[in-house]
Amino acid sequence: MGNKQTIFTDEQLDAYQDCTFFTRKEILRLHGRYHELAPHLVPMDYTNDPDVKIPLALIVNMPELKENPFRNRIVESFSEDGEGNLSFNDFVDMFSVLSEMAPRELKAIYAFKIYDFNTDNFICKEDLEKTLNKLTREELTPEEVNLVCEKAIEEADLDGDNKLSFADFENMISKAPDFLRYL
Amino acid sequence: MSEGEMTRLKEEVEEKKKLISTLRNKPWRMRRRLECLKDAQQFVEKFEGALGKGKGRKLYAFKVMMTKKWIKFNRDFENFKTACIPWERKIKEVESHFGSSVASYFLFLRWMYGMNLVLFGFVFGLVVIPEVLMGLPYGSIPRKTVPRDEQAKAMDFSVLFEFGGYCKYSFLFYGYYNNQRTIGLLQFRLPLSYLLVGVGSFGYSLMVVIRTMAKNSNEGGDGAEEGDFTFAWKMFTSWDYLIGNSETADNKFASITTSFKESIVDEQENQKDENIHLRRFLRVLANLLILCSLGGSGYLIYYVVKRSQTYANMDEDELSWFEKNEVEFVMSLLGLVCPPLFETIAELEEYHPRIALKWQLGRIFALFLGNLYTFLFALFDEVNAKLEREETIKNATIWAMKEHYSNFSELNNSTAITPLSINPADVMRGPCWETAVGIEFMKLTVSDIQVTYLTILFGDFLRALAVRFLNYCWCWDLEAGFPSYAEFDISGNVLGLIFNQGMIWMGAFYAPGLVGLNVLRLLTSMYFQCWAVMTCNVPHERVFKASKSNNFYMGLLLLILFLSMLPVVYTIMTLPPSFDCGPFSGKQKMYDVIIETIDKDLPAFLGTLFTYAANPGLIIPAVLLMVLAIYYLNSVSKAYKHANNELRKKMQMQRDEEKNRRNNKDSTNQVMKDLEDLLPKKSPISASAKENAEVRSELGDKPSKVSQKPGAVATGRGVNLQRDVSLAMANPRMAVTRPPGPRGPSALPGNTLQVPGGRGRGRGQNPRR
Repeated sequence: MGNKQTIFTDEQLDAYQDCTFFTRKEILRLHGRYHELAPHLVPMDYTNDPDVKIPLALIVNMPELKENPFRNRIVESFSEDGEGNLSFNDFVDMFSVLSEMAPRELKAIYAFKIYDFNTDNFICKEDLEKTLNKLTREELTPEEVNLVCEKAIEEADLDGDNKLSFADFENMISKAPDFLRYL
Repeated sequence: MSEGEMTRLKEEVEEKKKLISTLRNKPWRMRRRLECLKDAQQFVEKFEGALGKGKGRKLYAFKVMMTKKWIKFNRDFENFKTACIPWERKIKEVESHFGSSVASYFLFLRWMYGMNLVLFGFVFGLVVIPEVLMGLPYGSIPRKTVPRDEQAKAMDFSVLFEFGGYCKYSFLFYGYYNNQRTIGLLQFRLPLSYLLVGVGSFGYSLMVVIRTMAKNSNEGGDGAEEGDFTFAWKMFTSWDYLIGNSETADNKFASITTSFKESIVDEQENQKDENIHLRRFLRVLANLLILCSLGGSGYLIYYVVKRSQTYANMDEDELSWFEKNEVEFVMSLLGLVCPPLFETIAELEEYHPRIALKWQLGRIFALFLGNLYTFLFALFDEVNAKLEREETIKNATIWAMKEHYSNFSELNNSTAITPLSINPADVMRGPCWETAVGIEFMKLTVSDIQVTYLTILFGDFLRALAVRFLNYCWCWDLEAGFPSYAEFDISGNVLGLIFNQGMIWMGAFYAPGLVGLNVLRLLTSMYFQCWAVMTCNVPHERVFKASKSNNFYMGLLLLILFLSMLPVVYTIMTLPPSFDCGPFSGKQKMYDVIIETIDKDLPAFLGTLFTYAANPGLIIPAVLLMVLAIYYLNSVSKAYKHANNELRKKMQMQRDEEKNRRNNKDSTNQVMKDLEDLLPKKSPISASAKENAEVRSELGDKPSKVSQKPGAVATGRGVNLQRDVSLAMANPRMAVTRPPGPRGPSALPGNTLQVPGGRGRGRGQNPRR
């Protein structure tokens, strides 16, 4: 607008604004946060699009993610290599989807990916068990865990294959009143 | 380039443009999106230029440039708008420490502040400023001057604090405004503006509240039943992704665990009602007690207001502070004491916590409402008494005027009579009931503010200090046991905010300064309460969600808006305005201003138009038409709901049938069973059905909520799993980094289930990269 910043070219900022839900100021602020995570690794000048990735361990310590039981899965889902190393593009992408301006359908897609621990495009019973244990910090007994997972599959599984495909998941989550509030 | 090619190219360009605008909604990797964006933009630029050849090229290029500028302008405006929203960081901080439910209170507060700011802008800009700038100054006419007998004490702080003295005769209250039809150079019609702003603020508030309600209900999801997906929702939507503080996170984990355990217990226990009669009796008893206390509080307020009228007739110096402020004191006290009382009585009832919360909110609502309306009725008695007094004073002033004229002509023997010139401070004044009402509302609001702040200070802050510092030298652990730190009372605070707003709406017509006071109050509240929450409160131990509560509070606000509109509209329509104060003085009724304006300011034909429109013969059919329209829309929406339910049942049946087919079981649908029974014995279907006739537990039968024993479920599943493995594709057992290729028709759910309009199905085929 009037500020001369040298981190991105104007075309880059416009491109980011088109591809995410963020405004110009927010993108610059995101870059600041990204830089803070690893000041020696991340250059201040992104005009020539450097290829820098921050490892999982550093990102997961961000205050916004620190308390989240699914933080590892979240970062892994947004990384290109599936190991959790995020480039700045992935970083911006992650926060764009998690922001409050992203639509429900987009969030549902990524939520499915996050909860799919073994990345086979289905949420099977083991995925559910892992989810539940992370949610309750393993305070439930194994019988209770078993019961809850089976009830959940029973409720949401529509095609009867004992695991949740994306269609099942989306059908169930689209009716949930709290989904948008909390994700 | 031929015509056909041009149109095709144009279509492609349009498509690319649409792609660019929806790019952020696609679940792609960022790099892919950036590349796609670059390609699309290049394409558009290249061919937009080509398309512009031929006739109308300049116009096309101009259009394109204007669209680009418009998009850029929109984007900048959006940026600006988000930068303007105040307190965003503060609220986010509260949210990360206490979760979204506490933050929702602050979001509500901020929303109220915005609405009040707009109302303040209306009132200030259209009523106060014109009167102050263009009207007569203080002291020029009787209504703007402090009467002689009050002048001695007019500057005393105690008098000012009671909104007497100089405050009473200032622009804060109704009585200050002059009834001149037009004032100043611009011929500004102040009385008309006063009336329209009064009515218009209700209209604006109504519009804003309903718009917010509609927006909230749109986000509510597709409307599944409460118990449809209990466990699945608990698992996938209970974690609050906005939590950033470890203490809150611990609490959240604990509450999630508790909630799961509760649901498990609910699921497993049979509906054994121990002694339903005792429970019913206790509930009736509790309701009776609460009705008694509500009645008692209403009577107390009535009594106190009556007493304050007798006090008003006595001399001011003989009354103590308590007696002067009795009404506000009693109302605030009731507001503090009754809710905990209701909570203790509600222990008798033994409801589920969510239902108990709803009852509690309903009761507190009834309490506040009853108090407010009792206060209003008592106020109306006072108003009527003042009106009677006014009659006598009016007659006395007219009498005095006639005397003066007759004396004058007697003494001077001339027919030219100069009007009486008395110092405005000495003129005999009527009681001006509107200002009195305005003062009452101001005092009520001020005392409400005082009580709120004092409660926070003592109830939260001092308590936290005591717990923190006395803990070192106390016998038991103050932090863990009694009294410990306070939790933020969301519902109490929200209700307080709603009722305060109701009082503002009621009083703003009689005291234009009230809205300004409220704006100040909300501003300071925001900072004060944010500070108090972060310093003195701890996160809730138990967060059960009243999940649709957002619209619940909006619904309460709407109700209060209607209820506060009623007294104001009633007074505008029925009560005669005071004869010597306010912008409507001298008229029979307040709305005469409108009739006057129509007669004098608007062209003649509009006047006749309005007289025709006001004809009962026209209004009654219009009302009938609206009633019919409401009835029609109601029945249409019922039909839609019914159709929805039917579709849902159909989907459910399909799903059950599919499951049964997969598991090779008997159909569990009763209708299908009956049909099969009707078949003759020799039919092939019944023969094969008999072969597979092993009775198993009814897994998929949702409508009958028979409790499942986990063991039976497990064995059922165990058998099914084997079958399923042979039917489905083999699990690749490695991280899938490439999207699944298009599958054969049999495996896709969309092909096997023919459900019309199944939204979930269509989407299920999409997650490809």
